[in-house]
Amino acid sequence: MSAADARRAAELAARNSYGRLVAYLAVRSHDVAAAEDALGDAFLAALKTWPNRGVPDQPEAWLLVAARRRLLDGARQAKVKTSAAHTLKLITVGAQAEAALEVVFPDERLKLLFICAHPAIDAAIRTPLMLQTVLGFKAAQIASAFLVAPTTISQRLVRAKAKIRDAGIGFELPDAQELPTRLDAVLAAIYAAYSNGWENVAGADPRRKGLAQEAIWLARLCVQLMPDAAEARGLLALMLHCEARRGARRTAQGAYVPLSEQDVGLWSQPLLDEAEHELAQAAKLHQLGRFQLEAAIQSTHAQRALTGRTDWQTLALLYEGLIQQSPTLGALVGHAAAIAEAKGVEPGLALLEALPSEAVSSYQPYWALSAHLLRRLGRQALARQAYTRAIGLAEDPAIRAFLVGQAASAEAGLA
Amino acid sequence: MKYAILVYESETDVSRRTDDEHKATYWGAFQAYSQALADAGVIAGGAALHPSHAATTIRLLNGQRQVQDGPYADTKEQLGGFFVVDVPDLDAALGWAARCPAAADGAVEVRPVLPMVEG
Repeated sequence: MSAADARRAAELAARNSYGRLVAYLAVRSHDVAAAEDALGDAFLAALKTWPNRGVPDQPEAWLLVAARRRLLDGARQAKVKTSAAHTLKLITVGAQAEAALEVVFPDERLKLLFICAHPAIDAAIRTPLMLQTVLGFKAAQIASAFLVAPTTISQRLVRAKAKIRDAGIGFELPDAQELPTRLDAVLAAIYAAYSNGWENVAGADPRRKGLAQEAIWLARLCVQLMPDAAEARGLLALMLHCEARRGARRTAQGAYVPLSEQDVGLWSQPLLDEAEHELAQAAKLHQLGRFQLEAAIQSTHAQRALTGRTDWQTLALLYEGLIQQSPTLGALVGHAAAIAEAKGVEPGLALLEALPSEAVSSYQPYWALSAHLLRRLGRQALARQAYTRAIGLAEDPAIRAFLVGQAASAEAGLA
Repeated sequence: MKYAILVYESETDVSRRTDDEHKATYWGAFQAYSQALADAGVIAGGAALHPSHAATTIRLLNGQRQVQDGPYADTKEQLGGFFVVDVPDLDAALGWAARCPAAADGAVEVRPVLPMVEG
């Protein structure tokens, strides 16, 4: 066997099992950073050993045994008593389970997700922590996706892992009382990863498109591991609805296409079907929440493929419900847009104008909607200002170009 | 904290400043961007620069002036201008840099500004 074959086998094992291996080791050693280091060493050992001896029948089990040995070596040298005690537990459990382990080892990724979303961990680092520990993303990839300097993100990740170890954060699933809040944090972090991949449209940066895929994968994992969590299904439905439209969001030339003008024939039917199925399953559980409402909003938009029209009355009601659950700027602006269509431009604009000016001053969607509504009311001077603001705050070049075109046609007095 | 947002543009981008088809979009985007910086109250300075063919580079070698026609470094992208923003941290500066129109075609570099030493 060549070194290249061994590398390929190790990479395959890494892709399929990185998160499961880290989770298994971390849950037993109570030290995420040490688990990752040990696994890294195990992969290096595999690259050295496999070319000579061949890839083992159970590469994951081989890696796990090698990594655990590393962890034990590390613990023998470690002076910290608590972590040594945990490692002793690892030895005893390990010795009993060694035989069974070669065939199957338990999936502890959900526990790891919950640890990453612990309230003691800074909310801003939770998603990056999940991406690194459960999905094996590198700090540089995470830094690009979240627009943070790579050294900064590395430091924050190291700090978060030290906190997990030193603060003695429990490596068990939270009890029933605490579970809902913690699940919210897990889902919020997954959604943050998705939005990040979603805003980067048309795969301009394939790494960020990958982020959207990984987020869907994490949500599927949550649904699979917690089938009775309605919000997990709601989140999955929401992301699948958005994902279904990916192909329709840009023209072949890369120009931005607003949702209302998208060709419904380009929406992915299998993804829409799966989204609807998840939302229906969630509804049966009778625990309404933010993600189910957001999924219902997307589902209402998706109805246009069948009915040929958008039901703005329903959308306005759903946004009202969403604001009660979770009054984010996005929900408030979405509500104003729905009201503008359902009840008239003026009441829609009034809702926008009622928002605190400090909160919206750098929120691009607010200015884009303002410009659109002001233009429809014929208030040219204000529309012009709002377009300028929306263009200046746009990050996506396709959206910037679209708004520049809108502003120009508004100036020319075109409807 | 102050950060310089250094805007690097390719020759194609720079040519958009003057060609009839693109100049309205080009200047519209940059004006809107600086307006957004001003409206957010973060702008602390900046300037747009003439294209690099207008640059002259000077060095003193053994006390002798050496004047060279053109920019210091002959790279694909050239410094086209800069903004100075005053924001709480690097993340905020990166957030503004990503909105800079040149981020999509050229490159935008963010650097902390050294505070002036007094006295």
